[in-house]
Amino acid sequence: MPGAIYAEGLVKTFGDVRALDGVDLDVPEGTVLGLLGPNGAGKTTAVRVLTTLLQPDSGRAVVAGIDVLEDPDEVRRRIGLSGQFAAVDEYLTGRENLQMVGQLYQMKAKDAKVRADELLERFNLADAADRTAKTYSGGMRRRLDLAAALVVSPPVMFMDEPTTGLDPRNRQGLWEVIKELVAGGTTLLLTTQYLEEADHLAHDICVVDRGKVIARGTSDQLKAQTGGERVEVVVHESGMIGEARGVLARYGIEGIGHGEVSVEDHTRKLTVPVAGGAKLLAEVIRDLDAVGVEIDDIGLRRPTLDDVFISLTGHAAEREAEESGGSDGESRPGGRDGTRVKEAAE
Amino acid sequence: MSTMNDSLVIARRNLIRMSRIPEMILFGLIQPVMFVILFTYVFGGSMSVGGSTDPDVYKNFLMAGIFAQTVTFATAGAGAGIADDMHKGLIDRFRSLPMARGAVLTGRTLADLVQTALTLFVLAIVALIIGWRPGYAAPTNFGKVMAGFALLLLLGYAFTWIGALIGLSVRTPEAATSGGLIWLFPVTFISNAFVDSSNLPGWLQPVAEWNPFSATVQACRKLFGDPGLSPSDAWPMQYPVWASLIYSVLIVAVFRTLSVRKYRRANG
Repeated sequence: MPGAIYAEGLVKTFGDVRALDGVDLDVPEGTVLGLLGPNGAGKTTAVRVLTTLLQPDSGRAVVAGIDVLEDPDEVRRRIGLSGQFAAVDEYLTGRENLQMVGQLYQMKAKDAKVRADELLERFNLADAADRTAKTYSGGMRRRLDLAAALVVSPPVMFMDEPTTGLDPRNRQGLWEVIKELVAGGTTLLLTTQYLEEADHLAHDICVVDRGKVIARGTSDQLKAQTGGERVEVVVHESGMIGEARGVLARYGIEGIGHGEVSVEDHTRKLTVPVAGGAKLLAEVIRDLDAVGVEIDDIGLRRPTLDDVFISLTGHAAEREAEESGGSDGESRPGGRDGTRVKEAAE
Repeated sequence: MSTMNDSLVIARRNLIRMSRIPEMILFGLIQPVMFVILFTYVFGGSMSVGGSTDPDVYKNFLMAGIFAQTVTFATAGAGAGIADDMHKGLIDRFRSLPMARGAVLTGRTLADLVQTALTLFVLAIVALIIGWRPGYAAPTNFGKVMAGFALLLLLGYAFTWIGALIGLSVRTPEAATSGGLIWLFPVTFISNAFVDSSNLPGWLQPVAEWNPFSATVQACRKLFGDPGLSPSDAWPMQYPVWASLIYSVLIVAVFRTLSVRKYRRANG
């Protein structure tokens, strides 16, 4: 039985750019799927197709049991969307914003008002309820935007880069809200460029690049697939890098970067994929000591989703984001691209 | 899902917005008042209307033209507002809600209509203060004067739908503002609004006489009893009230259809 969000062979092209190039998705009810990828990978386009904002060139999508192309209005009744930009009217107060959205979900004015008050309370905005959204901080706007997406408690939620541009404290705060939501049984599709975020929130992860899903699985599966642990050594002087590299090369296994030792000259850091855990770490220390390499720091590190990303795409998420941010298939009118590139670059 | 309800929710939202940016309403008022004063006192003495160079005649002739130009300037406001909603992602939010498709645009144009009515009201008072007298050249009555204003509001409403299409088609609110205004200058100046169209070069006269904008101006002059009715035998000048109605309804029909279609595919 297909999940709460199901897509099959979605294709969407913008001119020469294949923003979606045969994307399949299946999100079981009550779980979170993290759509991970750099800017221009097709994440936003996928969300726009699934939320009825965009017609795919081909393919099929079913959300909350309803075919997106056949009955978009029925889909709209059952979803909430929190887009990349806090889509609130800044000249309306928090309460007015939520009330308006409630009424547009076809609630009666009175019910919409009651619901707005509940949400303001829940999202910690009650004190600011009668101030215009213009006066809100970035975190507050995001919360208001999220509240607006939850007016009818939709069974399926879409969040497109919900924490982009937020400071770490507000990001943590929003993560808590999202976790609560999912604990309540909501199915969620979340896009992000932050690998840490996907790791933290998503049950399953789809890595997308250039309109294609290039890997999928749980965070642990993806890490295991990438390779095991790595040893990271910071040597005391740059003159010792050569010697250290020779020692580490003996321990390298096929994994990230094909078992080669990678070196960061300016930080004097060497990294090598290994197998063998803590016992091996002790051997490495002994061997380095034997050849007279002094070390400032050494450690065993599990792969991060960053490593997964690099090993899958051959390039880091951030670099790609900078390069393709301006000319991707997801670009929208206006100054948005500029903002996105900047955010990505940060 | 009701188009009327949804449109009213959106109209209310836009009216709240407008009331919180009072400087916009103020600037919207200053501009036409400035035009009234400049045209009356700067050009008034040099203009010839229907053979008369009496500044008083020009003053009474001018007002219908200024009223009509003022209502068409609402185009820019509607366009900028909609472009701003697109830019800020609000249109995406609305499009993901189970609401009537045309309501976002209808709501915006209705709110603009309210603003236009307010502007027109203030402008009419200014016009009366500086000496506009309905019935100056021909008898009129209260009903006819109100009918004239109704035609002006309908014209303004029609033009906001052109603005809506512009707003949906450009990339920034700034572009919508200038894109909404630039073409209005030729449309409102190559007309009978500020000069007697029989003083225009021969080849330009038919353009002015068939200009939809001229029809409303002529209709207002007729209904207000103002001087300077165009004697042209072009159909819209002979039957200006009908012509004004037909033109405005036609503009709404065409541009509403195009705008709603564009809205449904917005960003796609």
